[in-house]
Amino acid sequence: MAIRAEHELHSRRRSRNIGLAVVLVGFISVIFGLTVVKVQTLGAIQGFDHVVRPELLENAQ
Amino acid sequence: MSDASLITQEPEAEFGDYVALLKPRVMSLVVFTAMVGLLVAPVPIHPMIGLTAILFIAVGAGASGALNMWWDADIDAKMRRTSGRPVPAGRVRPEESLAIGVALSGIAVVMLALATNMLAAGLLAFTIFFYAVIYTMLLKRWTPQNIVIGGAAGAFPPVIGWAAATSTAPVEAWGMFALIFLWTPPHFWALALFMRADYGNAGVPMLTVTHGHGATRAHILVYSVILAPAALALAATPIGGPAYLTTAIFCNAWLLWGAFGIWRRREAEAEADNYAAEKAFFRFSLTYLFAHFGALAIDALLRVQGAF
Repeated sequence: MAIRAEHELHSRRRSRNIGLAVVLVGFISVIFGLTVVKVQTLGAIQGFDHVVRPELLENAQ
Repeated sequence: MSDASLITQEPEAEFGDYVALLKPRVMSLVVFTAMVGLLVAPVPIHPMIGLTAILFIAVGAGASGALNMWWDADIDAKMRRTSGRPVPAGRVRPEESLAIGVALSGIAVVMLALATNMLAAGLLAFTIFFYAVIYTMLLKRWTPQNIVIGGAAGAFPPVIGWAAATSTAPVEAWGMFALIFLWTPPHFWALALFMRADYGNAGVPMLTVTHGHGATRAHILVYSVILAPAALALAATPIGGPAYLTTAIFCNAWLLWGAFGIWRRREAEAEADNYAAEKAFFRFSLTYLFAHFGALAIDALLRVQGAF
């Protein structure tokens, strides 16, 4: 027979699991947001090596 | 695994216990002062990078809090104010606290370096080292000047915030450092005056325990007299402005009046009203710091709006 009664232990473990999930999702969001901002503020780059190309800057002007 | 094994001997931590390890109340001060350091810096910073910098400065501060709780578990257990913390209460094992402190320190420093620059990350690493090793492990149990020197750890966040925005740490940033550094001793000594039994029981050589209340009252007055001109001097730097000057004049007049009152009080008077003046001074000292940094932020916003 399955044990259905919830022990206080289970609620503590659930709180830890949910907390850790929130922290991990938050961390991933920060890394993603930071990456987007860093790439956008790099200026004109080419996708294959993310290095600034002077010719792209000249063309943009 | 049998069902019986589910009934553990030691209480398990919930998520809030791990949050408590990071000393969220101290963290709020760190977040606020670091944010002001970022705001008043003369170089604009992208909001996402600014938020990330503040987040990881706060994580670094939390990490040093966890390392402090690991090392100080024995004395925390003896003090009424700290006996309910997760490690002395047995909800989190000391080695867990150590592991969390070390891991978060590494994450915070690396992330701050990636988000901003090496100077800010280096200052954060030094701050964590200073709080966890110099203050917690070396000074706290050794000298009644623990609060004075240890206060430097809490004074670094606005400098780190400034460095995150500009990659520099000029005199204005160190002016903010001086404000927190000189504010820390009178703030904690006022607390120690009405928490004397706690520190005495734990064997922490607070000034109240080693030199008595009279010497502590004199120290509060002397440090307040040094703090007031340092706070006012910040108004003369480029980050000062009308809001800061007004705040500094009123708050420091109040600080000196309060410190003078505490110095003049006899112990019997303090015991008679249950340390009302000391408690009021302690509460006011919190407002004092938030008001000064809040005023710096207001002046920075006014400057951006072209008000002066």
